[in-house]
Amino acid sequence: MIRDITLGQYYPADSILHKLDPRVKLVTTIAFLVALFVADDWVGYLVATVFLVAVIKLSRVPFHFMVKGLKAIFFILLITLIFNLFLTPGDVVLVQIWKLKITDKGLHTAIFMAIRLIYLILGSSVMTLTTTPNDLTDGLEKLMSPLKKLHVPVHEVAMMMSIALRFIPILLEETDKIMKAQIARGADFENGNLIQKAKNLVPLLVPLFISAFRRANDLAMAMEARCYRGGEGRTKMKPLIYARRDYYAYGVVVIFLAAIIAVRVVL
Amino acid sequence: MDKKETMIKAKDLVYEYRKYDEEGRERELIKAVNGVNFQIEKGDFVAILGHNGSGKSTLAKHINALLVPSAGTLWVDGIDTKEEERVWDVRQSAGMVFQNPDNQIIGTIVEEDVGFGPENMGVPTKEIWERVEESLKAVNMLKYRHHSPNKLSGGQKQRVAIAGVVAMHPECIVLDEPTAMLDPNGRKEVIRTVRALNQVEDITVILITHYMEEVIYADKVIVMDDGKIVMTGTPREIFSQVETLKSYRLDVPQATQLAWELKKAGLDLPDGILTREELVEALCHLN
Repeated sequence: MIRDITLGQYYPADSILHKLDPRVKLVTTIAFLVALFVADDWVGYLVATVFLVAVIKLSRVPFHFMVKGLKAIFFILLITLIFNLFLTPGDVVLVQIWKLKITDKGLHTAIFMAIRLIYLILGSSVMTLTTTPNDLTDGLEKLMSPLKKLHVPVHEVAMMMSIALRFIPILLEETDKIMKAQIARGADFENGNLIQKAKNLVPLLVPLFISAFRRANDLAMAMEARCYRGGEGRTKMKPLIYARRDYYAYGVVVIFLAAIIAVRVVL
Repeated sequence: MDKKETMIKAKDLVYEYRKYDEEGRERELIKAVNGVNFQIEKGDFVAILGHNGSGKSTLAKHINALLVPSAGTLWVDGIDTKEEERVWDVRQSAGMVFQNPDNQIIGTIVEEDVGFGPENMGVPTKEIWERVEESLKAVNMLKYRHHSPNKLSGGQKQRVAIAGVVAMHPECIVLDEPTAMLDPNGRKEVIRTVRALNQVEDITVILITHYMEEVIYADKVIVMDDGKIVMTGTPREIFSQVETLKSYRLDVPQATQLAWELKKAGLDLPDGILTREELVEALCHLN
């Protein structure tokens, strides 16, 4: 049951996108998000659509995996759509039901907003589906490394993220175990109203926290025993080095962004 | 015979800690290790025995400089563990494997975990890859290099942990009850790996355990009780003294136990039988 939760939705496949440097993918995703908000007419969105479709095709990830991510935001999407549709004032009233009016402008913003949100989710899904959580962490660490000069603990945060990723399945398994042990002792996690259910979680959370702290203690000792002393003087087993394809990818992204901006400025 | 070099030397080693009650008042002073003297030569396989709370784990943590003695001195490869600026040298030359395999694996992929130690030491990338490969080969886990540690068995995880230490090229490995959480198969795997490392790679091994079967292959056994060393000797010498061992709440291997009982019942068997094969041999020679 609990163990079915998958974190990080990496989909292993052999594609150019999978091989790209995680930094490229991060930057591209950000550029894509910016582009979505820069574009404000059909031509701009056409360019974005072409880019997105091309990227999805290149990723070799089945399309229904990306649609999965859309399900989570279905209600947000619906609410945005309704609010924009009915509450945007405009010159031409298309339909009027009682006091609610659908104007031409409302229709326009509603559709654009919906497309924007869908593309946003699809775009970031492509990144998370083609990049392992570890690569993502590495990429973030490297991208953020200039912040070290401002005393932001970039390496430490990245290390924490990767340790969290390593321990999530272990802690889930442990939750499962404690749950079963407490059920065997007569605990009830299923019945009652919300408050009762929350109260019933206490015998689950307390042992879980204690064990998590114990694990943290053990792990800290094991890391020290293996000479861990922070990011300074540390080498990397898998350093991030740009390959030629990464520069090409950057080129494509720059062209895409330029096209979006050009469309916005010219039209 | 050449005189072997000294790997670890302890002189009057004491480690004490204070216990506090709920109001933070000092309740008692506990000496987990109380005046211990010993010496371990390079290339030896030493087992440290003792029941729970005998101070053996505390002693092990001293060898890795995770704990610093309250009194007395401990030298690892000639370095005093109290010298703070050389603590990383100590940790590099004396690697440590802990009891719980899950809580000491840092990487999300086997090979990344093995590379963690060398990364910390600042080894160049190319050499890290070589070290990872040879260490995984040494513990016979090379074919699992791309696996997630979560999917491995306990014995395999523990072997990965050992590889992680081997990759740091230590002179000596301290294993603190590495088999306590494993099933019999996992135990055998780990002990076989450790023995191979000792014999093939000539790494000094200090094995802390309370499984007697794991001790019989050691060159030297140290028995601890209540923070003190109470017996030292070869496994045969130690296991000849069944009654003394029992007084320290320790068991002996099954074959030794049986031989001892038989001897008490009047059979003429030699002392210090360690394995089933030896017992069979001795019994066949009776008449």
